[in-house]
Amino acid sequence: MTVLTRTIEVTRTYGDVTALDGVSLEIHQGELVGLLGPNGAGKSTLINLLVGLRRPTSGTVELLGGSPMDASVRRGIGVTPQETGLPTSLKVGETLDFVARHYPVNRKDEVVERFGLADLIKRQIGSLSGGQRRRVGVALAFVGDPKIVFLDEPTTGLDVEARRALWDGIRAFHADGGTVLLTSHYLEEIEALAQRVVVVGGGRVLADDTVQAVKRFVGVRKVSLAAPELPDLPGVIDTERRDGRYHLVTGDSDALVVALVKSGLPFEDLEVQPTSLEEAFLAITATEASHV
Amino acid sequence: MSSLVLAHTRVQFIEQLRVPIGLVAGAFFPAAAFLAFVVPNVSDPAFALGATCAMVVFAVMSTGMIGLGINVAQDRELPWDPYLRTLPAGPYPRIAGRVLTAMAISLLAMIPVVVLAALFTGATLSPPRLLFGLLAVLVITIPFMLIGLFIGFLLPAKAAIGVSQILFFPIAILGGLLGNPMAMPAFIEAVSPYMPSRGALELLWWAVMGIEVNWLAIGMLGVWTVVLALATAWAYRRDEGRRFS
Repeated sequence: MTVLTRTIEVTRTYGDVTALDGVSLEIHQGELVGLLGPNGAGKSTLINLLVGLRRPTSGTVELLGGSPMDASVRRGIGVTPQETGLPTSLKVGETLDFVARHYPVNRKDEVVERFGLADLIKRQIGSLSGGQRRRVGVALAFVGDPKIVFLDEPTTGLDVEARRALWDGIRAFHADGGTVLLTSHYLEEIEALAQRVVVVGGGRVLADDTVQAVKRFVGVRKVSLAAPELPDLPGVIDTERRDGRYHLVTGDSDALVVALVKSGLPFEDLEVQPTSLEEAFLAITATEASHV
Repeated sequence: MSSLVLAHTRVQFIEQLRVPIGLVAGAFFPAAAFLAFVVPNVSDPAFALGATCAMVVFAVMSTGMIGLGINVAQDRELPWDPYLRTLPAGPYPRIAGRVLTAMAISLLAMIPVVVLAALFTGATLSPPRLLFGLLAVLVITIPFMLIGLFIGFLLPAKAAIGVSQILFFPIAILGGLLGNPMAMPAFIEAVSPYMPSRGALELLWWAVMGIEVNWLAIGMLGVWTVVLALATAWAYRRDEGRRFS
């Protein structure tokens, strides 16, 4: 498979803060890759490096066989501005035309149809709803007939219906052979769109696998109980003792509870809670760090 | 490349016209000052023409320093700015678009003053002199746009709004644009040749009226332009380094 973009041992620091720490990643033609991670994990920094907005502190970033800093290389990519990013006094059609002017091929008509923008073409962006603006913003990524598009949090803040409409547009591009790298902190969004998921946390790649595998990986629960001591339990990712209670993070709470009961040790006040994605990442990041 | 410059200019010009606060502000004050101070005191057409030129410089300064300065500073704070950096163009079409747009806005902002002068003062101008004057206006927009770009690249928007106005009035007053530019107080008389506003006015007088002008002031305008170009290049690189390195 052709590699469209890759990073080789890329590290990026901002002063004392390390945003990316030795990240190596390849994205192949025709893939739809989800980049998943909590806020501050390094997702946006990685995207910024890939589209040429930032330079790596060390390591190499390759885009379409060249450097993303080279404007002519960027003819092959499409990017979405952040949510509030569109100039409010321009009309939708003017904005699409303006962006399309930068590329050799103009796919405006196709994009208007694909993202349902026909009724909005003559409207000023300032008069659009948040969801409509988001649609225009995402559409801009596709207007120059890109080989690969980078979508940073494309549906943040959208209602379910608007989100699904955008997903359909992204899927249609992928079905035509387009390559997509999308970031999200919604597991659901990654599940709906991506085949391959890259999980980042603390500036490092924690997992790079199929959606199913990563779902198991991040689908962890918190088991907490009061007990004087704990037996050896299977599948514990993280253990914390606070105020006489143990708080365990595990990928398989059923097996853990069964093992706990079988051990015969006394315990009381057992609770099993789903963790948020955020907590799961923190737990995984913490164990990763302790292994280093 | 040139089609990209055109695309960027078009978009920026549309934005300016749709939200014409900058244009109105740039046009209003010189026109109001002209009506209040020049029209009632017109003694002869030559004096009227000279005063009209001063108000045109005023409009050009306001558009370049205040309008462009605030625009650039505000744009830097919007996510649209880094987005444009991802398009296959590089930064130059956008900057060229800014310069051409500010020139066009300057020409629009001086229209009220010119119309008032023609209607109420008896000032007249031959077509070649008018053309010569318009060319001179385009030239004098450059140093003031550089001040605007410098402020815009250096400061956050809120500071740019304040600083551009704080700088604006002393430069205008010390250049002798307010009051009677042909009979200034001694202090301003001494200082004004070193102000870019004075050099701009002298250049415009030379182009429009063909009168004997102060070449020291025009030379200083050239010096200002070079210094400002260097300062602006420095501020631009500094901003680029902070946001895109």
